[in-house]
Amino acid sequence: METHELISAVQALEPAAVPREKVDRAAVVAPVERFLELMARLRDEPDLRFDMLCTHTAIDWIAEARLELVYCLYSTVHRHYLVVSASVPREAAVMPSMQALWPIAEWQEREVYDLFGVRYTGHPDLRRILLDDDWQGFPLRKDYRDDFMLEGPK
Amino acid sequence: MSAIVTTLEQRIGRGATTQEFFVNMGPQHPSTHGVLRLVLKLEGETVKDVIPVLGYVHRGVEKMGEHLSYRQFVHLTDRLDYLSALANNWAVAKAVEKAAGIETNERIETIRTLVAELQRIASHQLWWGVFGMDLGAFTPFLYGFRDRERITDILEETIGARLTMNYIQPGGVMFDLHPDFQRKVKEFIAYFRPKLEEYETLLSRNIIAQERMRGVGVLEAAQAVALGATGPVLRASGVAHDLRKSEPYGVYGKVEFDVPVGARGDCWDRYWVRIEEIRQSLRIIEQLIENIPEGKHLLVKPAVRTKVPEGITYSQVETARGVFGVLLVSDGKDVPYRIHVRTPNFNNLWAITRIAPGWRVADLVTMISSLDIVVPDIDR
Repeated sequence: METHELISAVQALEPAAVPREKVDRAAVVAPVERFLELMARLRDEPDLRFDMLCTHTAIDWIAEARLELVYCLYSTVHRHYLVVSASVPREAAVMPSMQALWPIAEWQEREVYDLFGVRYTGHPDLRRILLDDDWQGFPLRKDYRDDFMLEGPK
Repeated sequence: MSAIVTTLEQRIGRGATTQEFFVNMGPQHPSTHGVLRLVLKLEGETVKDVIPVLGYVHRGVEKMGEHLSYRQFVHLTDRLDYLSALANNWAVAKAVEKAAGIETNERIETIRTLVAELQRIASHQLWWGVFGMDLGAFTPFLYGFRDRERITDILEETIGARLTMNYIQPGGVMFDLHPDFQRKVKEFIAYFRPKLEEYETLLSRNIIAQERMRGVGVLEAAQAVALGATGPVLRASGVAHDLRKSEPYGVYGKVEFDVPVGARGDCWDRYWVRIEEIRQSLRIIEQLIENIPEGKHLLVKPAVRTKVPEGITYSQVETARGVFGVLLVSDGKDVPYRIHVRTPNFNNLWAITRIAPGWRVADLVTMISSLDIVVPDIDR
């Protein structure tokens, strides 16, 4: 499917979804409230069939006090991509887990929890994955500081 | 009358029971291919559960990336999957070129394709040797390393490094090809084709190796896709997903090659797919090596600090282990606002939690090796 077709297909499933500007492929921003339902339909609709969660990560938009959660989906059936994102507040970053739809989300979400501090509801095993269990703070947040960090040249 | 000769069963005592226990495999275990730790739940020799524990070589590459220019970030990518350094370089170069609209020429793309395919062969040679050793055969290790050395020498002449190669940068490649490159690559192909047949005789057609691979660790196609597996692991399960075919980059669109696909998704299929991929890579190189187009090898100033327009770009390449993706988020400056690397090994690793339960510990070693894991790529 072409980019505009994909976006209208997503909007047919979720009217509140809006196209995300300035992405090199089809991309939408969807509301957090019905996110899991939308993702389930993106996976199962015969025209879409996004059966692979390529990657999941977050972007810390600190100036706007929000974390943008990015899901990059791919369909091995139709060979098309879709980037779906949702924004959660930085201070109360809670998101439903996609682990039931794509098992790989279990570990990709652990990584985002580890580095950004997003809490995933319905996740079976939300632990740190790359850092030590007793690590303080979430390093990929823009305001993260620790004793070992050097200040770069301004 | 009691028998004079006892059996082992009598010695142990009838009704001896086993109990579940946990064993650490790694982080310093030779067959975990680096510092990967697997916590095994065992019942006797049988694996009940595998819990991978990561992070022993986590270096915070993504955080570092937020403070480096795009060209500098290239130098970190070869520390991820060090056996696919050039493909990783390429993924960053591709992302930046796409986002900033930097042009390349035919010569650059041909050189990139050639060196990436050479390294794919070298990577599979190393995997093959180590795989043999994991099965208990020492000779493949020596053969694999002996032949890999030839490729390493060729690449060293042009690139200047043997392992952590930095060569492909946004806008071109860092140095032009060494004058001997073409001749030596042709010599290598002539040398290696018969050697590959030797590989087959030594390991592929070995009945012990076959018995240990066939039917072991089956990963179903649908499961592989849902687990985000890519590369030979996914293709062995019967899904013909290869970026070089489905979204050709470089000059892959202009060369003929096949995508080997497995039937069952067991260790044997993963083995066979990689051996076959070596043949296909040789084919690609043979088609390109005769006519490398003329032109400049670098179309930007060497140390330019490229500014990338605001937006998100996601670019992927097919490394020897699968899809390596770079998600580049720019706010218009010459350093990325955020750079995320989607590494094939991080996603492939978790297949082990699905395929290992029910098998013996020795089979677990085969399965890990058949996934061809490089740990720095997992931990980043």
